[in-house]
Amino acid sequence: MQPSMTTATRASLVPTRGAAEDTTEVTLTLTVAGQLCGVPVSAVRDVLAAQSITRIPLAPLEVAGGLNLRGRIVTAIDLRRRLGLPAREGGVAMSVVVEREGEAYSLLADQVGEVLPLPRGDRAPNPPTLDPAWREVSLGVHRLGERLLIMLDVEQLLAIAA
Amino acid sequence: MDDLLADFLTETSEGLVALDAALVRLERMPGDAATLSEVFRIVHTIKGTCGFLGLPRLERVAHAAESVLGRYRDGTQPVTQGGITLILAALDAIRAIVAGLEATGSEPAGDDAPLIARLDAAAEGTSAGSEEAAPPAPAATAEPEIGLPEATATVPDGPDPAPQEAAPDATPDAAPTGGAAPPQTIRVSVDVLEDLMMLVSELVLTRNQLLQLARTQGDSAFAVPLQRLSHITTELQEGVMKTRMQPIGNAWAKLPRLVRDLGVELGKKITLEMRGAETELDRQVLELIKDPLTHMVRNSADHGLERPSERLAAGKPEAGRVLLNARHEGGHIVIEIGDDGRGLDAERIRQKVIAQGLATEAELAAMTERELHRFIFRPGFSTAATVTAVSGRGVGMDVVKTNMERIGGTIDIRSRAGQGTCFVIKIPLTLAIVSALIVEAGGERFAIPQTGVLELVRLGGDGMPQLERIKDAPILRLRDRLLPLVNLAALLRLEPAATESRLVVVTQVGSHVFGILVDRVYDTEEIVVKPVAPILRNITMFGGNTILGDGSVIMILDPNGIARASDLGAEGGEAEPEREAARPANLLRSDAATALLLFRAGDAAPKAVPLGLVARLEQVERERIEFVGGRPLVQYRGRLMPLVPLSGQWDAETAPSRQPVLVFSDGDRAMGLLVDEILDVIEERLAVDGAGERPGYLGSVVVAGRVTELLDTAWWLRQAGEDWFAPAAARAAGETRRVLLVEDSAFFRNLVVPALGAAGYVVTAVNDAEEALRLQEAGAGFDAILSDIVLPGMDGLALARHLRQEGPWMHLPLIALSGRAGPGDVEAGREAGFTDYVAKFDREALLESLRQCLEVQVVA
Repeated sequence: MQPSMTTATRASLVPTRGAAEDTTEVTLTLTVAGQLCGVPVSAVRDVLAAQSITRIPLAPLEVAGGLNLRGRIVTAIDLRRRLGLPAREGGVAMSVVVEREGEAYSLLADQVGEVLPLPRGDRAPNPPTLDPAWREVSLGVHRLGERLLIMLDVEQLLAIAA
Repeated sequence: MDDLLADFLTETSEGLVALDAALVRLERMPGDAATLSEVFRIVHTIKGTCGFLGLPRLERVAHAAESVLGRYRDGTQPVTQGGITLILAALDAIRAIVAGLEATGSEPAGDDAPLIARLDAAAEGTSAGSEEAAPPAPAATAEPEIGLPEATATVPDGPDPAPQEAAPDATPDAAPTGGAAPPQTIRVSVDVLEDLMMLVSELVLTRNQLLQLARTQGDSAFAVPLQRLSHITTELQEGVMKTRMQPIGNAWAKLPRLVRDLGVELGKKITLEMRGAETELDRQVLELIKDPLTHMVRNSADHGLERPSERLAAGKPEAGRVLLNARHEGGHIVIEIGDDGRGLDAERIRQKVIAQGLATEAELAAMTERELHRFIFRPGFSTAATVTAVSGRGVGMDVVKTNMERIGGTIDIRSRAGQGTCFVIKIPLTLAIVSALIVEAGGERFAIPQTGVLELVRLGGDGMPQLERIKDAPILRLRDRLLPLVNLAALLRLEPAATESRLVVVTQVGSHVFGILVDRVYDTEEIVVKPVAPILRNITMFGGNTILGDGSVIMILDPNGIARASDLGAEGGEAEPEREAARPANLLRSDAATALLLFRAGDAAPKAVPLGLVARLEQVERERIEFVGGRPLVQYRGRLMPLVPLSGQWDAETAPSRQPVLVFSDGDRAMGLLVDEILDVIEERLAVDGAGERPGYLGSVVVAGRVTELLDTAWWLRQAGEDWFAPAAARAAGETRRVLLVEDSAFFRNLVVPALGAAGYVVTAVNDAEEALRLQEAGAGFDAILSDIVLPGMDGLALARHLRQEGPWMHLPLIALSGRAGPGDVEAGREAGFTDYVAKFDREALLESLRQCLEVQVVA
């Protein structure tokens, strides 16, 4: 993977090249209701296209259901519902499969974008205007040109009151 | 490491486990030749093999131990506790060397000389003077010359006479292992079995997929071979499952040694009782519960049991008891780890809860004892006053609980101050394959495990069972029973299907039968049960989830959870976890919620009768009611059924054209109560006030905010003129005494429980003698026991004889309740140990008898 411009410019501040891996978060971008977000690639196990999802009655609202990932049952968390956003209108959700304590969860996003290395040093704290629902699951924001990317905290996303 | 060494290590490890158990046995029964020669043989084999493999250190230790054992076997030296301790120490040394061998492939360095010297001294029978100071040999070799009886008397934890007498019984057990014939087994690596299991699971799923395809194809040429393939797959699956099943005793093998060592270390006398060791479960599950079990036994011995002096002061036998009990129950294995020690200290838990800020005083005050006990499952919560070397090492009950939940199990606790503590673990037998029924409700498919399913019923149509509604509660009238129905879609808050659900899955949970209303039933399918994600674990309606033949995910319903969620579980043991402790399965207590049928008759006040007593609800056409000798009757199911008007009289002129009738039946007998209107079915705790103010009524209860009269069914049954019961006498005064009722007929149970409840007794009802004994085991306390004579399994007479023999219930009043009350029967009852014999069901006689028995007890 090519280091991005930002990495290159910050390289002078970094004492050794070996430490670059520690200072850069390779991030998978995704979109939820038009908002660009990212999750660390290290947390991602798989990305799936539209899947048939079995509804789970009585489950917390955020749980969209269960899906079959090559013989493994994965609990799908709808990011829109998790963030208190209106339901998706048409279109199909993409699944980003993450793991937590040995259990696989799928995060349902509207779109899955690309993989970007983002320098940790560029991460800015949450702007005070950020919606509380987002703030709760945000590790901070990155400015990508015109757009703002919210770095998602996978642990927090999955901390659903059971 | 070469194969030879690997084999040796495996064999030695197994040998060491067997040795631990055998030595503890030997200590109890020093004269048991079979055990002795078994011990000798194992040590001898270890010694011989290590000589052959060139393991000098191991060989020397084994040799020294063997010499001592040789003396014991030849009878030239008596078996002493000290000697056994020494040999156990030698085994530990061997174990340490073996562990080193396993890790590095060669013997670890170390000096065994002191140990060998002590062993040699013991073998020589010389007083091992200088070694006397060595801690692991307490008072061991001090009196080596003393003959056997004296020696056992001087040893502090010596064998007591009872096990010694039992020695001949133990011989047959020991003999086969001592024999030369090798068992017909081979060693297979666990990985191979695991792979096989996984492949079989896949095969099963593929087979299911094929079957599904074939069904849509109609008459295909594949049908016959596919059928065959299916059969073979099933058999293969069963076979592979079998290879994975292991007796739970395997996980217990190390416990006798553990408990013995603990006893010595803590200065306590502990007997370990293990029941149901042959109960099998999947080895994967077995591995997962091994450590938690060990931890809990350690806990029981350390924290649970008191010191011998405290026990004696409390009037208990000096030796504490730790009981392990395993049994199958549905698709689960239930393991109990109990002790007869001091029980949990509620006060200390309270203090700790407050100190840790887990709850306020007010919250604590509102908690039941059971809720309070459950605090010990919180992380960092240990109530041990002092941290001993044995427990309190930072592994708490919270870890145990987490481990159990990880494999879909539950853990519960029952404790009674002064009587002991019992942990009850319930875990799935296997994490593998079960057969399930696939149903649909509210547009979603669900799997119901076949084990709980009794039958499928289609509603409506001619001659089909009918769905009835009492207010909004759906009820199924199936043959002679009224079954409560649960609408699955409604329970799961799904949108109901366009057409009304017409299929009922009749399900049994414990002794409770109910129907689950679904929209469609597809088929049965073999499913691989997978636990649900942690965030879904609090939805008790689901027991797991799985992937079907068509690749879709499906939730597996847990009938237990459904019964609980729909308040049907008034009888279930775990049905009301928030309620009081010590409630094993199938209990019916008069202070538990009971489904009541509300109706109106005569005056405006609503009346109620337990729904369980009513066999059927009928609407009888007015014209069909006839009068014979001034009594109303109706032809009902080919017989004449007597009718009793609840309001005192029945007038054809004023009666509605379709007369509501509550039908009561037992066996062939039936009677009908004529009422004005059926109102509702409602769940209510039976707290009866003003017992027996008016004939025909047990008293009044408040139901849904209204004072409602509770029908004395027995009284009304007598009005039917049937000779069901003996005539009435005076009522007994109410007392708050605890009574255990052993009665298999739900009908009589439902009669007796409310009647006694109304007289102020707290009644616990169980189905059979075994359950009663389990309660005794669990330390439940009662003031009197009522038992039917004819019971499934152990009958009432046998139960009485058993109870009279020994145990905490030895001196309790025992009253026989029986339909047969001839002089011979009464005599047989008295001989078996019954205090009194009462005809079934003469309420007054029963109350009178109870009163007398309990009075006598107080005087005594």
